[in-house]
Amino acid sequence: MSTAEKADTRAATGDPEAGTDAARRTPGLVPVAETMRTTERHPPEPSGAVPAGAGRPWAFWRLLGSELGLTFRRPRNLVMLAVLGAVPVIIGIALRVVASDGQMGGMIQDVAGNSLMLTFVSFSFLVLLLMPVAVSVVAGDSIAGEAGAGTLRYLLAAPAGRTRLLLVKYLNAVVFAYAVTAVVALSALLTGLILFPAGPVTLLSGTTVSVADGLLRILITVGYVGAAMAALAAIALALSTFTEVSIGAIAATLVLVIVCQVLRAIPELGSITPYLLPTRFTNFDAVLRSPIDTGALREGLLAFGAYIVLFGSIAWARFSGKDITS
Amino acid sequence: MTAVMQEAGAPFGAALPSGGPAIVTEGLTKRFRGGQVAVDALDLTVPRGSVFGFLGPNGSGKTTTIRMLLGLVAPTSGEYSVLGLPQAQALPRVGALVEGPAFYPYLSGTANLARFDAADPTAARGTAGRRIAEALERVGLSAAAGKRYRNYSLGMRQRLAIAAALLGPRELLILDEPTNGLDPQGTREVRALVKEIAADGTTVFVSSHLLAEVEQMCTHAAIMRAGRLVAQGTIASLSAGLVARVRVETPDAADAARVLGTLGLADVRPGDGDVTAELGGHAPERINAALVGEGVAVRGLAVVRPSLEDVFVGLTGEGFDVDG
Repeated sequence: MSTAEKADTRAATGDPEAGTDAARRTPGLVPVAETMRTTERHPPEPSGAVPAGAGRPWAFWRLLGSELGLTFRRPRNLVMLAVLGAVPVIIGIALRVVASDGQMGGMIQDVAGNSLMLTFVSFSFLVLLLMPVAVSVVAGDSIAGEAGAGTLRYLLAAPAGRTRLLLVKYLNAVVFAYAVTAVVALSALLTGLILFPAGPVTLLSGTTVSVADGLLRILITVGYVGAAMAALAAIALALSTFTEVSIGAIAATLVLVIVCQVLRAIPELGSITPYLLPTRFTNFDAVLRSPIDTGALREGLLAFGAYIVLFGSIAWARFSGKDITS
Repeated sequence: MTAVMQEAGAPFGAALPSGGPAIVTEGLTKRFRGGQVAVDALDLTVPRGSVFGFLGPNGSGKTTTIRMLLGLVAPTSGEYSVLGLPQAQALPRVGALVEGPAFYPYLSGTANLARFDAADPTAARGTAGRRIAEALERVGLSAAAGKRYRNYSLGMRQRLAIAAALLGPRELLILDEPTNGLDPQGTREVRALVKEIAADGTTVFVSSHLLAEVEQMCTHAAIMRAGRLVAQGTIASLSAGLVARVRVETPDAADAARVLGTLGLADVRPGDGDVTAELGGHAPERINAALVGEGVAVRGLAVVRPSLEDVFVGLTGEGFDVDG
């Protein structure tokens, strides 16, 4: 595979001769085909033609489009989006009912007092488990699902290219992660506007900001939570390259999330909690401070970046050298 | 198809048709992690323009070889070359059917083909609709194009897989057990399709455990057994080592054997109710006349040509067990 993969990746960078060179330099392989390659190499192509192997300029986006089409047409994924969209409505109605009883607690009071607060409350409910479930299902299924169905061998023989396919699969998961986040935010915003009074938002620190400022803070929250889900998607993707059973990769990701939550709850393990990914999920409440606690957001985003790089590398290392026998 | 190929292959027009072998492997070996050797030092040469039968019982390493050629499985050692090009450049020119069809059950036939077409970086989106319709037409699936794959019969699934292999202009078609799951009519259609594709100049590499099928379709063949290549060459050269025999059905087996002996036939074997002997250069009708002239009651006389199965038995000393 090393020969083929090098040819694959090198050719993808647009260097038509690189593949042959890589094949020759590969140590450990007897270059018996060299004479043949040398004598029968095709003449250089006239300029203007699509170089063989390099592909057409829009090919990457076409594959990504195909991937997104599959993801957003699949009933299972649409059901998950619908469920996530329904949760803020349920929370909103419940809070409205409780608030009308007149027994107002801190959080309930916050929400009942302002329509925008429901978004933050919804995120703090969903970001710890339900949103990770939805993202893990799509990202954990990405490679394992194709392998289990056997479609992976046809995609790679097409040839989709292993690095290219992995990148497309990851970007698809990221888009889905942001779709999940956006659905929750929009549903919570609409429910909040219908059920609760709109107006200046009182933040956790006690200051009051305008509606426009509040909406901006919601937008920042969507960006942050989406990035958190994208980091989780990288873990699920990496696990997905180790199995042909997608439910295995999905379950493993969720077990990791839950184990992290348990570890966070143990005070004696306080020293490791900053390194656990779910610790950073709820850091979006930094936008409810005045001024916004950019330090906490930056730390969180750095952690997400680190997780994406680490698990992206694991996924690539595993997938690029894997024997596809399914 | 021919026109499409020339158009797309225009930059290579001069070099391609007479180019070197479509597939070459040298010492190609695959040892799986468990230590099992699936393919052992395979030296294979598939000439361009041939219909190459890749024969062997189930589990003899055919599919692993095909997976290596397609870059799905990394060889443990050895080299291979497909169309004389680096893999990423070769694969868009190769149509493949590997170990049965595999599609998205919730998509229609057309949507499934569009999905795999999108995965090919050299395929043009603009022509995808036309190419998909043509491929479906070619395998006779146009009527079921909008139906979900889930509702396809086994034969239709197999045809869709062949259609996927025909999505673009191909120089090489690798078909792993293409007639699996097809009824006799479907099998005949696949055979006709393979002949038609080969007539366009496309090299067809077809693996099978059905000897008769390969004999009918192929110009060349290679025989695998337990991961090793037993023989390869043109169909004629493979069976050249074996001779045709004449078989006489008669109640007078002993008399018939004597007559065949006096005629000069070699390796006369009298049996119970029949006699066989090497035909050599003798004319069957003269043998019959001689037998009748000697008063032997001839109930039947047939010339038995050696089949690939005989070749296989002769080479390996084993029967070609279909269930491997």
